[in-house]
Amino acid sequence: MADITIEPAAPSILAQLTRTRIIALLMALVWLPLSAYVISGVTPGGSADYMLLPSIPAVILLYLIAFRAWRESWVAVLGLSLVCFWLLVAVSVPFLPLFDPNKPIAPFQIPFATKGENFYLLGTDYKGRDILSRTLWGCQRVIVWGVTATLVAYMVGMLFGLLAGYLSGWWDEIISFLGNVLLSFPVMVLFIVILNYLGPSGFNIIVAVTFASAPAIMRIVRGLALDIKTRDYVFAAQTRGESPLWIMFVELLPNVRGPIIVDACLRLGYTTVAITTLTFLGLGLQPPDPDWGLMIRESAKTAMLFKFSYMLIVPALSVSSLILGFNLMADGLREMSLRD
Amino acid sequence: MKLIGRRLIQMILILIVASIILFIIFDSDTFKMRIALAELGNFGVSAMDPDDYKAWLVKKGLDIPFYQRFALWVGNVLQGDLGWSFEKNTAVGPLLWAALKNTGILAFWVFALMVPLSLILGVLAGMREGSRLDRSISFISVFTTSIPEIATAIILTVIFALGLKWLPTKSAMISGFDGWQLMLPVMTLVLYDFGYVARMTRASMAEVMTSQYIRTAVLKGLPYRRVILRHALRNALIAPFTVIVLQLNWLLSGVVVVEVFFEYKGFGKLLLEAALFGDIYVVQACTLVAVIVAVTSQIISDIGYTFLNPRIRFA
Repeated sequence: MADITIEPAAPSILAQLTRTRIIALLMALVWLPLSAYVISGVTPGGSADYMLLPSIPAVILLYLIAFRAWRESWVAVLGLSLVCFWLLVAVSVPFLPLFDPNKPIAPFQIPFATKGENFYLLGTDYKGRDILSRTLWGCQRVIVWGVTATLVAYMVGMLFGLLAGYLSGWWDEIISFLGNVLLSFPVMVLFIVILNYLGPSGFNIIVAVTFASAPAIMRIVRGLALDIKTRDYVFAAQTRGESPLWIMFVELLPNVRGPIIVDACLRLGYTTVAITTLTFLGLGLQPPDPDWGLMIRESAKTAMLFKFSYMLIVPALSVSSLILGFNLMADGLREMSLRD
Repeated sequence: MKLIGRRLIQMILILIVASIILFIIFDSDTFKMRIALAELGNFGVSAMDPDDYKAWLVKKGLDIPFYQRFALWVGNVLQGDLGWSFEKNTAVGPLLWAALKNTGILAFWVFALMVPLSLILGVLAGMREGSRLDRSISFISVFTTSIPEIATAIILTVIFALGLKWLPTKSAMISGFDGWQLMLPVMTLVLYDFGYVARMTRASMAEVMTSQYIRTAVLKGLPYRRVILRHALRNALIAPFTVIVLQLNWLLSGVVVVEVFFEYKGFGKLLLEAALFGDIYVVQACTLVAVIVAVTSQIISDIGYTFLNPRIRFA
């Protein structure tokens, strides 16, 4: 008891994380310039690069804050470090001394090769483009499209989940049936059909990921909403005469966020897998801009020699480390939330 | 029984909705154009005036509105005729069966290896929660599950096919069936999937180990081995059963990228090629199979769960 009087009882870690407005601000500071930079497709080297400057300290600050909050779980810290490493690369890559990722220089240079004045740490691909540069630039695309797609899927899924869970009745029946229709497609089949219809591009990946992920998110949110609906503070709001929309978004939504954060980390991982896989299959992002899935796709035919296998290994390890980061983060967070 | 009936009705409804949506999607002009381009070539299409194009559509039977084609298609499917492939110019039925047979072989070996491996690891980890063994198994399973199939496929190919030269790089099986060519795809799928099932088994086992009746058994002085084998396993394996059956559904998605990477002629490769070509009847047939497999596996896992768990059966 003495401890509590000296130090106020720490709120749960998830609550600590979400309660802080600063974190949301920092995240926006990273995500907005980065996505604007990638989606507008500006050519690197111009003045648009300076847009990313404020994001660099924001990433470092985010890392420090999360590190402090999660330090008791080494799993979460390891995951966080991996994710933040790639985030830092994504925002700082225009300022790094790298070759142009799209410029053919010297083909088939194996790693650590020196040719003339140029040194290729990770070698070059069959077209002679520097692999180190392509890998580091490639993480921008994966992160931006992955995060944006997950975000949109969450907004749609949460909206329908709240509608189904709170309003019940016909709303619930119809939304749940549509969700079941979408869920009974194997994910890849759904992706292939949607992207094939809309044509391959980043925006259409968002649509496809939303169709594939939103029903599952909807189910989770619906279950949580059904549970929370019977709480006293919802009755209080109803008695006050609040509108259903107000109750859904102001009373219910903030209280379902805990389990959702863990799920979001996992889903970021799935989305990253999906984007890389789809791009490899030729249904995702299009050449020539660097992307990990694209690097694998382009080299899959030529790199079938042990000597040249670095062309495939480098992007494969990069994407794996990012996904591992998301999954470890989810794991550590779940562990910590169970402990509280 | 009522549950099964409900699920079956739902499955039929889902199939109808899904195939109508597919017909609408593939009715778009871009897809018709894509078939024309693939069949006649770029030059052939640009040489055609609108009347010729219309005549070509009539010849292919693509000028009929989609709802009429849909009704026709439903009638044919009910009689066992799955339609005609524009791309490969054969009936869809044999094409689909050959692909499904190949994927079936793949799936059989994946399950034959994955199920024992993940159950043993999961039970070992869950037996003593928090032990060093548990921590290392949990970490390995997160690790392997985090590496996407495409990356696993690359790493395995580089090690076993390009580096050690033990296994062939591709699995096209041009000169008949070859077990060696099956190894890499099976390994890829098992490595990606076993972690998930192992974690589910671990969670279930860990929960059972904390329950009262296990404590009673241990305190009664029964040998630890007997407590695990006779008392704990029975209850701990109920939840993994559901998960394993549902992996069938996952396999249909997971198999696409593996089959494309290893050039294995299975369901996933057929589906992707057909979708890229705009080969509507093949895509329809594949979707039909996929949805039936998905819903059937859900029904089986529901029934199995109720059957295995008396608490639910008699509730």
